Amino acid sequence: MEKKTKRRDFLFTATYAVGAVGVGAVVWPMIDQMNPDASVKALASTEVDVSAVDPGKTITVLWRGKPVFIRRRTQEEIAEAKSVKLEELKHPEKDEDRAKNPEWLVMLGVCTHLGCVPLDQKGDYNGWFCPCHGSHYDISGRIRKGPAPTNMEIPEYKFVDANTIKIG
Amino acid sequence: MSEHEYIPKSKVGKWFNDRLPLLTLANHLTDYPTPKNLNYWWTFGGILTFCLITQIVTGLVLAMHYIAHADMAFQSVEHIMRDVNYGWLIRYIHANGASMFFLAVYIHIFRSLFYGSYKSPREIIWIIGIIIYLLMMAAAFLGYVLPWGQMSFWGATVITNLFSAIPLVGEGIVTWLWGGYSVDNPTLTRFFTLHYLIPFLILGLVVLHIWALHVPGNNNPIGIDIKKPSKDTVPFHPYIVIKDGFALLMFMIVFAFFVFYTPNILGHADNYIEANPLVTPAHIVPEWYLLPFYAILRSVPDKLLGVIAMLSAILILAALPWLDTSKIRSAVFRPLYKQFYWILVADVLILGYVGAMPAEGLYLLIARIATAYYFLHFLVVLPILGFKERTTPVPLSITEPILGGSPNLAAVKKKDDFKNQ
Repeated sequence: MEKKTKRRDFLFTATYAVGAVGVGAVVWPMIDQMNPDASVKALASTEVDVSAVDPGKTITVLWRGKPVFIRRRTQEEIAEAKSVKLEELKHPEKDEDRAKNPEWLVMLGVCTHLGCVPLDQKGDYNGWFCPCHGSHYDISGRIRKGPAPTNMEIPEYKFVDANTIKIG
Repeated sequence: MSEHEYIPKSKVGKWFNDRLPLLTLANHLTDYPTPKNLNYWWTFGGILTFCLITQIVTGLVLAMHYIAHADMAFQSVEHIMRDVNYGWLIRYIHANGASMFFLAVYIHIFRSLFYGSYKSPREIIWIIGIIIYLLMMAAAFLGYVLPWGQMSFWGATVITNLFSAIPLVGEGIVTWLWGGYSVDNPTLTRFFTLHYLIPFLILGLVVLHIWALHVPGNNNPIGIDIKKPSKDTVPFHPYIVIKDGFALLMFMIVFAFFVFYTPNILGHADNYIEANPLVTPAHIVPEWYLLPFYAILRSVPDKLLGVIAMLSAILILAALPWLDTSKIRSAVFRPLYKQFYWILVADVLILGYVGAMPAEGLYLLIARIATAYYFLHFLVVLPILGFKERTTPVPLSITEPILGGSPNLAAVKKKDDFKNQ
């Protein structure tokens, strides 16, 4: 015999549902308070003067608490970055897509493995080398060897004028 | 538990005990029958309780002087070291206390592994113990971040980034943990809060751990069930209290040696450099007690799988009571298990060693072999061993091997048959 749904069952279900919504409404603020606050979000962009950077040099600036590498690449480096075949790459990306202006490579200086700061002009590909767990990046910041899963991230940036980059 | 209901002698005691039976509890704890053959490996439970209380007391005092702010944390720790009366002593006890805590917990865990203390009916004690161990690792990690040195900062970065390996939601979780886009002040303040909270969670779990222990009673070096109370048991007080007390004194000598003679040998010099988000130290290593798991993480070339392997290495211990199929608890009567046990000990030590070395070349190869063996031990060796191994005869009681026989003739006969097989 099939169990008949009673008025009381409806009341129970309705009570549980309202209770769950209530608990959710209280729990969410407790969880969301840990997300980035307004003051952290307010510091979301940085302008950098790059007029003093010579070809073959990298500067590191702090953006959102993270290092950003700005490298003025030499012609040989650009040629090398462009010559790499996409099928050789673990995370295939064209150099043109990573550096809109091939002379300037702007990327987050954060290893995509576990977040260390890779060292400049080190490693097997003359790009960057992460000392923490041995990831090698090429001169376009693409992962070539080691545990990192993806290329170093390119942040949102634009040239405000010829010598100023706005990151974020 | 005592056979008789405890009745306090004094009138006031009886009046109080009728309303809150604390004296009954105290009586249970002092009279608690313990196997009389417990060796010194069994003293680490008491030692661990001492370690927990030491950490809570010294931590409480440090929190009176420490400032959880990215701009001031490093200076406040130096202030503790130089200006606060006995601050150096309290901080060194707390910092080395963490290492001593882990030293004791590893001995405690390997004691369980050798004598099969995790087996029925003690699975819940064991699982609570694993949860305590996980919380200890969390507390140690969070605490290591608080001085806001280079290792603090980069250790925090690497460990929180482990969560980014989770597909889809990983990055969101990491940002949520940080409270920003990198490890920064919001991260430090919440880590301080959680570091303060966890020891009290551990304290609560320790109560459950001991409660669960007092239901079946202690395991013992020959791993047999004993009648309680009987000729095979002694009351906890004074017998075990004195033995634990003596072992604790020996342990405190080691503890004091580190605190007074080499207070920084277990730490990293890099942590005396203030946190700098632009420079990663050349060689990031966790504290020694996390090295075996760090080696497992690094031995897997894939990020997500590496994290999964590391977590599994700990969580697999919770399944141990069911992975070990042998009915015999103590390794004393398991000639093959005894050998595999020592291979596992060596394997974990090797993992710890390669965890401290750069992840390349021969070290990486050794780490991979040792990682594979670690899982092989739990997933293949232990389940098969329970069926294949020929164990040696187990005595019927603790006194039997000494008195040379058991009053139970039927049982003796059975044992002889077993020998003649």
